[in-house]
Amino acid sequence: MKKAIVLGFEVPRGPDGVSIVALLQAIQDKYNYLPEKLLRRAAREMEVPLIDVYSVAKFYKSFSLVPEGRHQIVTCTGTACHVRGSEKITEEISRTLGVKVNSTSPDGEYSLKCVNCVGACASAPLVIVDGEYHGNMTPLKAGKLFAQGAKGKTAVS
Amino acid sequence: MAPLPVKFKTKEDFLSFKQRSIEQYEKNRCYLAVCGDTGCSVQGSKNLYDQLEIYLRKQGYTENVKLKCTGCLGLCENGPLVIVYPQEIFYQRVEPEDIEEIIEKTVIQGEIIERLLYSDPVSGEKYIYGRELPFYKSQLRNLLEANWKIDPGSIEDYIANGGYAALVNAVTEMDPGAVVEEIKKSQLRGRGGAGFYTWVKWEECRQQTGRKFIICNADEGDPGAFMDRSLMEGNPHSVLEGLIIGGYATGAQEGIVYIRAEYPSAVEKLKLAIDRAEDLGLVGENILGSDFNFQVYLSIGAGAFVCGETSALIASVDGRIGEPVQKPPRLVQNGYLGRPTVVNNVESLANVPLILRDGAQKYCRVGTEKSSGTKIFSLVGKVNNTGLVEVPLGITLREIIYDIGGGIKEGKQFKAVQTGGPSGGCIPASSLDLPTDFDQLSSAGSMIGSGGMIVMDDETCMVDIARYFLQFLADESCGCCFTCREGISRLLEIVKEISDGSAKPGQLELLKELAGVVKDSTMCGLGQTAPNPVLSTLRHFEEEYRAHIEQKHCPAGVCRELITYSIDQKLCNGCGLCLKNCPAGAVTGNKKEPHYILYDKCDKCGVCTTVCRAEAVIKQ
Repeated sequence: MKKAIVLGFEVPRGPDGVSIVALLQAIQDKYNYLPEKLLRRAAREMEVPLIDVYSVAKFYKSFSLVPEGRHQIVTCTGTACHVRGSEKITEEISRTLGVKVNSTSPDGEYSLKCVNCVGACASAPLVIVDGEYHGNMTPLKAGKLFAQGAKGKTAVS
Repeated sequence: MAPLPVKFKTKEDFLSFKQRSIEQYEKNRCYLAVCGDTGCSVQGSKNLYDQLEIYLRKQGYTENVKLKCTGCLGLCENGPLVIVYPQEIFYQRVEPEDIEEIIEKTVIQGEIIERLLYSDPVSGEKYIYGRELPFYKSQLRNLLEANWKIDPGSIEDYIANGGYAALVNAVTEMDPGAVVEEIKKSQLRGRGGAGFYTWVKWEECRQQTGRKFIICNADEGDPGAFMDRSLMEGNPHSVLEGLIIGGYATGAQEGIVYIRAEYPSAVEKLKLAIDRAEDLGLVGENILGSDFNFQVYLSIGAGAFVCGETSALIASVDGRIGEPVQKPPRLVQNGYLGRPTVVNNVESLANVPLILRDGAQKYCRVGTEKSSGTKIFSLVGKVNNTGLVEVPLGITLREIIYDIGGGIKEGKQFKAVQTGGPSGGCIPASSLDLPTDFDQLSSAGSMIGSGGMIVMDDETCMVDIARYFLQFLADESCGCCFTCREGISRLLEIVKEISDGSAKPGQLELLKELAGVVKDSTMCGLGQTAPNPVLSTLRHFEEEYRAHIEQKHCPAGVCRELITYSIDQKLCNGCGLCLKNCPAGAVTGNKKEPHYILYDKCDKCGVCTTVCRAEAVIKQ
């Protein structure tokens, strides 16, 4: 794949060079969020007004403007997961860890997000913890998965 | 491995490489295919693969027994799946503990391990060979067949199984007009949702001059659909080959695959496939010594459903926010960077090499007059055999759900099937004999869409489904059109009121009126089809809506505000499991005495029902 180095990040190149989205993805990948300083530098580097960079950062779901937790918890809320009860699972995780959906716990340990569909519907409902998929979830299993982590002993499973 | 890499300069280079790849492939007839698709990975197939590799190495079998990590084998419900070749013995729900037995008994001695065989959930009959399973028998796996045979990371496997022959033939023997003509004869229609004839787009683009683009839309955003992901993970070269052929036919020298970030494994497989095709000169300058140049770029989505709409997709590829723009001018005149652009779906492109390889005439024999070929559906929800199925277009929904899907889970009653994602609708039991083609499903108030098929039983509430999709669309509306931004939110408000029992009589009429306004007055497909989930559930399940409004009752027992949990004092044996597990602390009672649920504390999560062994929890 064709790549370019922008602001020290390795960014894939498209037919028209590097796009703002691709640059922000590289920043998000490294820092788990988009620091303001880097957004300003990105605007200067790409020669676009800051508002353009900011609007892209706000529009797409995979970008965050605040630091995210060390552990990323994602519950799938696709249709197949929904009909098999994903809503209750999200609630249970939220309750066990004390984190609201789309936010990060005060100690910076966990971020909880919902995602539309990860395409593993046969194992619905699903929870993804730091990239690891856990299928056929129930509220009970979900509670157990995080019970230890919430007490601060060890991280999740 | 066949010797690599020499860029092909002529057709003969390719053919001799193909010959070597076939010889290599034939040599390794004894192998284990382990499904490495996301579906089976969730169930532990990655670990299984690693353990198999270790075992084979330890026992010194690596020379004679090969291991292949394949794409989706289909029957995700029973994963992890392992197929033992050359006999094609089909093992399901394989655990690392089974490895020794599989190798020593089945591979070495040819013995069948009874407990790993698939047994039909209805008849209980056991099957040894994959092809005999009712799940596969009723399918026509033209596109997915290769998933069983090839390692998605190996271009040699793909070529040995007939891959890239269509591209090589097109570039060396056909002119672009003839390629378009062949696609026209095949009547291939876009598999992304709208069902637009592929050849029309290609021909219009071919007529344009100057710099052009062809984009593969791999932003499979419909929840409950994973056909495109599985194609890209299982057979990435087939998609890539279709894209390159599309470039040749339309005169576009640059191709872009726009893929969603939620599919990390598919992104990796595609990247690898593009690199390998570049190594062999199937992508790049002067492909096969001709004057055809073609570059491929990957553009990774950043999480926005609306980017599946082609003009929003192009804005996103360009790095802007994904807001659709008014058409005309159409993309084929004014697309990416203001240049003529064609956008095709993953599955449509994967069909292209098949059409050129076997000829349009043969392709047309499958399907119906106006909907030719096969279609892949992801069959999920409350069905026995969840998984990926490929069937000829025109087969009935009943055949898909009952013959292939094996009926409804736990012998429950079929209620509806949701097709077409958030733009589609729910089809009730009375329409089960509808043929699945592009036109028939629209007449039932739904659409084929990209191919998600979510089966629902009598424990699924239709008001809740409408609420779910409206919430989804309210979150995903880009906000550009007022009627979409505000209209969907108001629709959602009304449906939420119905769901929590606070709706007043007359709300249904308001819902219908507002749905019509949103449909008629928004710019892009997202808004125009947004009311479909409401309209189709209203059309077929109005009674259920009325029960919520008039009797404050949710017949399916889903809408929380309308249900209560209690404990049957006669059945409860006071074991205390519900008390221990209730996350809200809403259960009380002494050991070995009947327990009670405190209604003001209960948040209706239903955990008590799942843990109770005496079946004493009543949901009303």
